[in-house]
Amino acid sequence: MCLGIPGEVIELHPDQPDLAKVDVSGVRRMINIGLLTDDPPVPGEWVLIHVGFALSKIDEREAAAAMEFLEGIGQAYDDEIAALRESLIE
Amino acid sequence: MRFVDEFRDADKAHALAAKIAALCEPGRQYKLMEVCGGHTHTIYKHGLEDYLPESITLVHGPGCPVCVIPMGRVDDAIHLASQPDVIMTSFGDMMRVPGSGGSFFDANAEGTNIRMVYSPLDSLKIAKQNPDKQVVFMAIGFETTAPSTAMTMLRAAAQGIENFSVFCNHVTIIPAIKAILDSPDLRLDGFIGPGHVSTVIGCRPYEFIARDYGKPVVVAGFEPLDILQSIYMLMVQLSQGRSEIENQYSRVVPWDGNVVALQAIGQTMELRPYFEWRGLGFISHSALQVREQFAAMDAERLFQVPGVRVADPKACQCGEVLKGVLKPWECKVFGTACTPETPIGTCMVSPEGACAAYYNFGRMNRTRVPEAAQAGRP
Repeated sequence: MCLGIPGEVIELHPDQPDLAKVDVSGVRRMINIGLLTDDPPVPGEWVLIHVGFALSKIDEREAAAAMEFLEGIGQAYDDEIAALRESLIE
Repeated sequence: MRFVDEFRDADKAHALAAKIAALCEPGRQYKLMEVCGGHTHTIYKHGLEDYLPESITLVHGPGCPVCVIPMGRVDDAIHLASQPDVIMTSFGDMMRVPGSGGSFFDANAEGTNIRMVYSPLDSLKIAKQNPDKQVVFMAIGFETTAPSTAMTMLRAAAQGIENFSVFCNHVTIIPAIKAILDSPDLRLDGFIGPGHVSTVIGCRPYEFIARDYGKPVVVAGFEPLDILQSIYMLMVQLSQGRSEIENQYSRVVPWDGNVVALQAIGQTMELRPYFEWRGLGFISHSALQVREQFAAMDAERLFQVPGVRVADPKACQCGEVLKGVLKPWECKVFGTACTPETPIGTCMVSPEGACAAYYNFGRMNRTRVPEAAQAGRP
């Protein structure tokens, strides 16, 4: 829950401007981008996601480093991805 | 992996170890606290203490939100979940935290309906799907997760969802750091500031630490080289007699934080007069409660919450570990009665807890790298 996981923005929600679809390690889910209204991300950009909300924009280099850190964590990251898979945000 | 290598380069780590060692004054001891559980994890996982001279001690701080929840709040949550027509939702991290009568998992075995969710927004969806139930979200976390709860409440209000509420246990990091600074148990020389919390609050809230307490703070990233670099930056300040706030993690943390997130928190929540922290006791203005304008979404107003205080199990020394007074392995039950499979205390439950991190990655035989071995000897 405390983990910030990097995701690549795939597409913006056509009707709801505060939602976007992201790709996290191959898992594609909807997240909320309402905390980034000052500088909204566009498809192809990376964000750091906390419990379904993008908290900051990051570059691809940072995303790779963050992902490496998470994969090294093991179980906690597996649990986070499993939880993301079950996520129902709409 | 070309991106990652630059954060992991062994040569750079050895070079930093040498630079850190060169700054140690002979005979002086340094205690640096890493506030955030994520940093504790990196330190143990990569054996970063081996890159530091004997005179530098890293002290693990209270920055693990699951770890600081007192048992009484777990009991209160289970009480809420056992009310008729209530579905409680919780992050997975909380499910195994023991209350006085067991964990959320144990409560579910007794008939409560506590569901694991990834996001508070998932709770909102469950509320929409179950209009005849009250869906109570067990909100925990520092400023990293508080904006998500706040945004979800604003969304629920905008969508007119009336069966969603929050059992608010959000805590704020600054009062906890102040409590540690005021504690007579521990004398610290500087802080490795939390990374993700600072994404929200920015760097300014730490200024009092430098100004009023004369201690430097460096907000740090989570890679091994980030942490070594931050320790080096702290040591430079200490060697020059400076105490300032510096941002090593500026590639993610803006100096002013995330203004939208802070506004959302301020709109929906306000500071409580006081809140109990596991191990640290009652700290004034250290947690958030739902604002009166959102009373209809406040589980503590909708239901009677017993609010009982439960003392920690006698054998458990999480309090001392959270304050940095004890190292995990110095706790009487570490690794024997208390393990990640059968945790007694919260520090062993949460993957970010110092005890779990040390249990999983700790090394009993430490060998310092040559650059660090000789430094600071008188």
